[in-house]
Amino acid sequence: MADTAQSSSSEILAVANVSVSLSGREILRDVSFRCDAGEFIGLIGSNGAGKTTLFRVIMGLIAPTSGTIRVAGKARSRRNPLIGYVPQKIGLDPDMPIRARDLVGLGIDGHRFGMPRPTAKRNALIDAMLDAVDATSFANARVGNLSGGEQQRIMIAHALISRPSLLLLDEPLANLDIRSEQEVVSLVARVAKVQHVAVLFAAHGMNPLLPVMDRVVYIAGGRVASGNTEDVVTTESLSRLYGRHIDVIRVHDRVLVVAGREDEGLHHAELAAPPGSA
Amino acid sequence: MIPASIGSAIIEPGFFSSAPVQVALVVGAVAAVVSGVVGVFTVARGQSFAGHSLADVGTAGGSAAFLLGISPLFGFVAMNLIAAGVMELIGIRRRRGRDIATGVVLGAALGLAALFLYFDTTSTSTTGATINVLFGSIFTLPSSMVPVIVALSALAIAITLFLYRPLILSSLSPDLAAARGIPLRFVGVGFLAALALAVSLSAITIGAILSTALLIGPAATALRLTKRTGFAVAAAAVIGVGATWLGVVLAYDSYYWTPSHRGWPVSFFVVTVVFVLYLVVNLVATRRASGRRTSAPEAR
Repeated sequence: MADTAQSSSSEILAVANVSVSLSGREILRDVSFRCDAGEFIGLIGSNGAGKTTLFRVIMGLIAPTSGTIRVAGKARSRRNPLIGYVPQKIGLDPDMPIRARDLVGLGIDGHRFGMPRPTAKRNALIDAMLDAVDATSFANARVGNLSGGEQQRIMIAHALISRPSLLLLDEPLANLDIRSEQEVVSLVARVAKVQHVAVLFAAHGMNPLLPVMDRVVYIAGGRVASGNTEDVVTTESLSRLYGRHIDVIRVHDRVLVVAGREDEGLHHAELAAPPGSA
Repeated sequence: MIPASIGSAIIEPGFFSSAPVQVALVVGAVAAVVSGVVGVFTVARGQSFAGHSLADVGTAGGSAAFLLGISPLFGFVAMNLIAAGVMELIGIRRRRGRDIATGVVLGAALGLAALFLYFDTTSTSTTGATINVLFGSIFTLPSSMVPVIVALSALAIAITLFLYRPLILSSLSPDLAAARGIPLRFVGVGFLAALALAVSLSAITIGAILSTALLIGPAATALRLTKRTGFAVAAAAVIGVGATWLGVVLAYDSYYWTPSHRGWPVSFFVVTVVFVLYLVVNLVATRRASGRRTSAPEAR
């Protein structure tokens, strides 16, 4: 049965014409993009653009009003072991008595009922995963007492220890300083390459991701534009997406996306705005 | 020799041979273990207010049971389970709605408790019912209740241990737990049921309005002592049992303290021991943490 989808065997995620409405409000409109095995994709958009909703649809927590989503050729379902997920704004409670390594261990079997049964194999798996995300030095600390960047790494280890094919990261760079930002990005890229896992990395800006990103999915107002950065992040493409004039400026190896003035229409028809209106 | 003499100085003669004391030691231990196990997750989930409210809500059930002439335990259990169900229905799942839902149910139940306690005191013309319901009745429990208490305790512990892993994940991050396919509502309702049972059991031990002390105190102390979930659960149970037994001993002793031979209530001693222990551990843990922080640069 799975053989029917063999033609696109390297395709891990296929989002086709997906629209989502939540309590009457349209959050996503006709969203389509794909993600191949081992690809690193930046999901770029501001707050409220629909990034988290998109993740929730992919994970099967929300049903789309229309459109289809296939993960590794199969229709999406709840508790898909092929998907690893790191939620946004982690902020783990310091009151919860649990060590970092125990939380990583719950990545293997945390959804099961009963208490965990530590075995030599389970411990070895945890040690290897902690090592892969450079978290060995704080593996025995209480997870709620770790810094934001350290918690991020533990959550990434939690998501990756069950060897998913697709890793969804929801704004992992929020509230991190620039150095931790770079650390998290290069760490994700490195581990993803080793485990051959595709990454959908949600972020506000694309600059931290430019060195490692294969493709970009730009999301604004519930719609997306996807493809190579050079094609998507252009004045024309982003202006079309936003429905207003957007300037894309490249400075050295960085990209600046600047919104045009409110009254600056798509077609530059009313460039001569009345004085004092800005 | 010396331990024996110290022992006899603390434990008055006839302590262990007294039937009410035997029941009190067993029931107190069982209730303390349940409170410890459930309490760690209550504190970690930030549901201390829900726990305390369930205890207060239970007074309505306990006082109604008195009117009906049955053991207050059944009243506590029935009322707490109903209240937990109502809280869940009106939105305890959402963090913001949680306190409001809890508060609304609490207010309504306390109104009932006021009515039933009024009936209790006017119909029997004693204040015994009120004291029993509010402050516990561990020395007056009939030994026939022990099997029921043990069975309910086993049920509450079984629920908590069954939900163990999903409970940890959903307490840490509901978003993550949902993504892992954990049925958040099922886990939440199950835990609330365990919480209702735990609070009922500690209500008959040290009283409805004090039962939070046994639920939260040992758990909060244990959280300062260890960073591992399993250890915290075990430590909270041990602390709870220790405090309860010490409270029973002191209450028994207190009979001889005053010439009038009026024993002081167990609940007072249990709560005091729990509180003092928490203060001491908190002080030590804070000192140790600040010591570690100042010495950290040298270690590197």
